[in-house]
Amino acid sequence: MIEQIVFYLFGGILLLSASMVVVMRNPIHSALFLVLSFFASAAIWLLLQAEFLAITLVLVYVGAVMVLFLFVVMMLDINLVTVREGFARFLPVGITVAVFMIAAMGLVVSSDYFISDTYMPIKSIGLDYSNTKELGLTLYTQYLYQFEIAGAILLVAIVAAISLSMSKSKVNKSISPEQQVIVKKIDRLRVVKMKAEPNIKSREI
Amino acid sequence: MLEIVYQFISQNVLLPITTFFLPVDYQAQALTVLQTVIKIFSILVPVLITVAYFTYAERKVIGFIQGRIGPNRVGFFGFSLWGLGQPIADAVKLIVKEIIVPTGSNRALFIIAPILSLAPSLAAWAVIPFDDTKVLANINAGLLYVLALTSLAVYGVIIAGWASNSKYAFLGAMRSAAQIVAYEISMGFALVGVLVAAGSLNLGDIVNSQVGSVFHWFWLPLFPLFIIYFISGLAETNRAPFDVAEGESEIVAGFHVEYGGMAFSVFFMAEYANMILIAVLSAIMFCGGWLSPFQGVPGLEELFNWVPPMFWLLAKTSFFMFLFLWFRATFPRYRYDQIMRLGWKVFIPITIVWLVVVSALVVTNIPPWFN
Repeated sequence: MIEQIVFYLFGGILLLSASMVVVMRNPIHSALFLVLSFFASAAIWLLLQAEFLAITLVLVYVGAVMVLFLFVVMMLDINLVTVREGFARFLPVGITVAVFMIAAMGLVVSSDYFISDTYMPIKSIGLDYSNTKELGLTLYTQYLYQFEIAGAILLVAIVAAISLSMSKSKVNKSISPEQQVIVKKIDRLRVVKMKAEPNIKSREI
Repeated sequence: MLEIVYQFISQNVLLPITTFFLPVDYQAQALTVLQTVIKIFSILVPVLITVAYFTYAERKVIGFIQGRIGPNRVGFFGFSLWGLGQPIADAVKLIVKEIIVPTGSNRALFIIAPILSLAPSLAAWAVIPFDDTKVLANINAGLLYVLALTSLAVYGVIIAGWASNSKYAFLGAMRSAAQIVAYEISMGFALVGVLVAAGSLNLGDIVNSQVGSVFHWFWLPLFPLFIIYFISGLAETNRAPFDVAEGESEIVAGFHVEYGGMAFSVFFMAEYANMILIAVLSAIMFCGGWLSPFQGVPGLEELFNWVPPMFWLLAKTSFFMFLFLWFRATFPRYRYDQIMRLGWKVFIPITIVWLVVVSALVVTNIPPWFN
């Protein structure tokens, strides 16, 4: 019973927050609702006993991706008026896309995979069963090449992103730490000898 | 003794409640829920009391380091008692203060931000093992859970900075977000090292794989990761010398500059709860958790057998908590670019190299740790 309550609770939160992502006017609110929907789907994955995937969803998407996303959205100066103005103009296109998406989803849901006969209840697995271990074994044996290729692509993406952002490094004022540590007092500091001030005892206040 | 109290409560309070109020079908489940709630309280209440007295300890310790006395006036019933009443007086003051929501701020987010920063640091205690058997949720992916929750703490900071509608708060939030994202990576890699060494994500198993002696604990084979984990923990909790997010000399108080009263104190509690969490995790993953430091020493081991294992965990945690205070009193604040350099260019390469070293140690079954 508790499982059903949890499922409907988080399913409801997921649907609500996912629709709020689209409906909200402020992009930061949308991003935060996206975070909430990631959470709710992680909770639903936990009900499927996929604890590794659920926690990784929170760790990667909520903990890292969405933080950077929020970071960028907050830094951008988004003018809400210009964002909203083309609503009527883009409405036909939007409706077309929506119709296509609903059709695609309908095809998927009504296919053989979602018939209630094949949709078996999750069979309970023992507490010793480690999701993480099984995933690791599969990834590093059966799908080794795919895994390595994905890793290489990500590495290329990292290098590309860094080299793109470094191309404008002429305006960069960063100081090299090597030069900083070898600096001596004599390079920076000049002691100036001055004559003492004349006697100011007689000055009146 | 804790077990006896717990058994007493669950037999004489919870069982009658469930059998009296609920239909037979739901009794067992309801009893489990109520027992869990009792366990949660028995963890959280001590944690929150520790948070309160950690603030007192900080003022005292830093006072002594700087040759001052620290708070010594507020006591109980007319006795000053070295100022032990200070945290409670502070709490009362903060509770009765008005919470001012700035004009132009985002009201809902402004109020939710402190909650978001406190909640993950308390939720992470669910998987902390205090003992071989005393753990609220003995889940397989405990380490991942902890990592995921510590990565959530940044939301409170970012949302607070943005919702305050203030330049200082926003700058503090941006600094803090960049810093937390940077140090989370080296922290994660340090935890991967622990995972490789222990061969398990379960925190209890991690402690059990350090059984032996002080030199079997993971601080020795994972020494660089241990140091990096603790320093990253300092940076994640925005503590000195990494407290540019607060930077009171440049941006007043950083992300919580607009907060007052209880809303501010929730941020404050979150910071201290996070520090205690980092301390207990360092103790569990690198210093043998509840294992006695005299294990494997003939004579001393038997002499200290009567000490409950939980005591050792708490003692190690207190030591790491003291380190936080000691560092704050000792080191000057890092410059912002130095923080970024340390995180990205020093820590991450070291952790990656040491991961390879640890993997080699594990694969070649190097004694005494991995045989």
